[in-house]
Amino acid sequence: MIGGQAGQGIQTISSALAKTLVRAGLYVFTHQDYMSRIRGGHNFNQIRFSGNPVSSSRSKVDILVALDRNTVEIHRGGLAANGLIVYDSGAIGQKYDGAEFLDVPSRRIATDVAGGRLMENTVAAGAVTGLLGMDVAHLANLLSEMFQPKGQEVVDKNVAAARAGHKFASESCPGCAFNAPVDESAPRRMLIEGASAVGLGALLSGCRFYAAYPMTPSTPVLNYMAAKSRKYNLVVEQAEDEIAAINMAIGASFAGVRAMTGTAGGGFALMVEGLSLAGMTETPVVILVGQRPAPATGLPTRTEQGDLQFVLNAAHGEFPRLIMAPGSPEQAFYLTNKAFDLAEKYQVPALILSDTYLTDAEWTVTGLDTSRLKYEDYRLRAGDLERLTGYKRHAFTETGVSPLAEPGASRHLVVTDSDEHDEEGHIIEDAATRTRMVEKRLLKKLPQLREEMEPPLVYGSREPETVLAGWGSTYGVIREAVDALSQKHNLAMMHWSEVWPFPAAEKSGYLPVLKAARRTVCIENNATSQFARLLRGQTGYQFTDTVNKFDGRPFLLDELTDRIEGLIG
Amino acid sequence: MADPEQFSGQTPSWCPGCGNLNILKAFKAAMSELGLSPHQLTLVSGIGQASKLPHYTAGNTFNGLHGRPLPVATAIRLANHNMIAVAVAGDGDCYGEGGNHFLHAMRRNVNVKLFVHDNQIYGLTKGQASPTSQAGMVTKVQPFGVLLEPLNPVALAVAMDASFAARAYAGDTSFLTEMMTAAMEHRGFALIDILQPCVTFNKLNTYRWYHDRVYRIGAGHDPGDREAAFRLALEQEKIPTGVIYKHERPLLEDQIPVLAGREPLVRQPFSIKAVEKEIDEFY
Repeated sequence: MIGGQAGQGIQTISSALAKTLVRAGLYVFTHQDYMSRIRGGHNFNQIRFSGNPVSSSRSKVDILVALDRNTVEIHRGGLAANGLIVYDSGAIGQKYDGAEFLDVPSRRIATDVAGGRLMENTVAAGAVTGLLGMDVAHLANLLSEMFQPKGQEVVDKNVAAARAGHKFASESCPGCAFNAPVDESAPRRMLIEGASAVGLGALLSGCRFYAAYPMTPSTPVLNYMAAKSRKYNLVVEQAEDEIAAINMAIGASFAGVRAMTGTAGGGFALMVEGLSLAGMTETPVVILVGQRPAPATGLPTRTEQGDLQFVLNAAHGEFPRLIMAPGSPEQAFYLTNKAFDLAEKYQVPALILSDTYLTDAEWTVTGLDTSRLKYEDYRLRAGDLERLTGYKRHAFTETGVSPLAEPGASRHLVVTDSDEHDEEGHIIEDAATRTRMVEKRLLKKLPQLREEMEPPLVYGSREPETVLAGWGSTYGVIREAVDALSQKHNLAMMHWSEVWPFPAAEKSGYLPVLKAARRTVCIENNATSQFARLLRGQTGYQFTDTVNKFDGRPFLLDELTDRIEGLIG
Repeated sequence: MADPEQFSGQTPSWCPGCGNLNILKAFKAAMSELGLSPHQLTLVSGIGQASKLPHYTAGNTFNGLHGRPLPVATAIRLANHNMIAVAVAGDGDCYGEGGNHFLHAMRRNVNVKLFVHDNQIYGLTKGQASPTSQAGMVTKVQPFGVLLEPLNPVALAVAMDASFAARAYAGDTSFLTEMMTAAMEHRGFALIDILQPCVTFNKLNTYRWYHDRVYRIGAGHDPGDREAAFRLALEQEKIPTGVIYKHERPLLEDQIPVLAGREPLVRQPFSIKAVEKEIDEFY
């Protein structure tokens, strides 16, 4: 764990260490805990690694890098047996006694070898690799790569600082028993967090237009898209508000390009009338909703799964929508692609329901397979349209899906209306057309959409006595909880990452598994078990138990296993 | 000049004598005069009596939500800068519900034409005050008269340094047609605030009332002179109509590198292959 104040460079040390560990063949999982402020306060990043896949954080800390006194005070109680607190008494102005403290004079070392305190965090990162018994070359290589754009001098200084930190720690703590199980023969792996995975997924799905108003935790996706815009012919517009953002995305989509918007629960509240507009005009649009603790402004930088029922029910009127709730960056990547594909195939709004934890947490991923991505342009372009003698934007069809034409690509006019409309898209009020339009837009599409939804992922025992159920970002911690408890108990995970239309129970037979189990526990990062309510409404099945957490923090592995053991004994 | 008939649409459901009918007439005349075909246009409207206009003429149409035509029209231009985008709105739609979008559309200077049917009253909801209603006007909801000062859209546009700001009068169809043509030919965001009598609900700002006040700006006015424009926009006793402010500003579309001098976004090809190397960044 690296802890300190906002602005002290926690993220820099953390990123360098995490990537170094991945490069050394380890599986790494990181998560951030930060306050809604730019300077000061108390923030920390947690890095967990192993020779086996990891997908959650634990509460006990083996090595704590404390960049200020506050960090020492807050986290010394959470130190594991034989844990170590690395700090710089010169920098934080306090000397600690005790076997668990290691005073690394990072500031002095940085000044000695790199001519200033700028590199003190690099010294600390080097010290950590020393304590882990790693060859300093892993970190040095990464730093060279990271700082190459800033010139050789910056690279040299950083490498020198890392080496000095590594040397100091190795010599000062020869007995440290943190042996990182480095695996030089491991395949190259990725380290990616949810936000980049969504951005990458959008980019690879042909997203051409992204409009958004900044709001945590969706802003990193806006940043990612903006960073890639020039290279990949993408227009990114910062809208004046979320209402404009969704209307822009809808406008761009109407004009013929794939479009997306992103926000948090609070911003989505403003987008709701636009969601209904997309439903009525059958305009494909992808909407990222990053949940954070609410109501109102809530805990802006923290995490919660409190908006499931909101997103399910948001907007006036009845129309179909898709909701994906990825559980990992890997799922976020593929499900973003699925959202784009289905949104356009069925001309419906598709939501990606994320949260702060999924947005920020970095996972180790063996690779992303682009052959699993789908890209098909469902729109009628100039060539297709010239062959048509007539065109009706909202024509009645067998499937309820009408031809979606690019306006201006031919002489055929593309007309749509937020009022109820006829096949051509013109405003009407008659009962018969209204009835047929609802049937077309909603009732015909809904069963087809439901058919596209994947059932929950079942992991662990085939005939479990206990089922640990969840949706969205709790995937990693539930999966590891199953691993951790499987020696003593017969249990399985059941995880939903596609939540609406609710996957048909007949499709995978998940209901019999639930019914056969003695105990079924629905684990949710909210206060009212919103998913449990959804499942009950859709299938009539009620979980025997629920586990909730709503303090704005994600579930930690040992915390969850303790609570499960408390339930199942 | 193209055949004006190609711009005919459904039969309007507006009240007999409504100022909107003249605006529709001027619109069709302007589009024909410019030699345009309906498929080259996208008409974007919100909700209100004005916003029904696209159905009564011909063009690609996005009749969206109350107050929201400008974000939609903006994005249409960004996705396809070969498309002509015309936003049609009412005073409640554009200056009330969509006020924020109006401000930012002027800042963006995207090449959208905004025709506001300004009847100083809410028609669709039957007679409440609008943002441009005169102070003191008594309505069912404002029994003590309107207590707020009216918004002056053209003065606001001059203050926002909008690229083109005109005021027109629906009772002077030929001058309105001229202004619509000028707005369409102008390269930049263009507002025409069209004063329009509401024969059913607005008993104050009648044809007679306008007839006594409205005049055409003379040739002496330089629309490039911002201070003169501001003075004209603020004139109280008489109501000047014409192009009040006009100047060239860089278009948003021309400042976005992936659009400037390129094919519209909607024409630009995509393949997964061309983008997949982005994955490498995370190794």
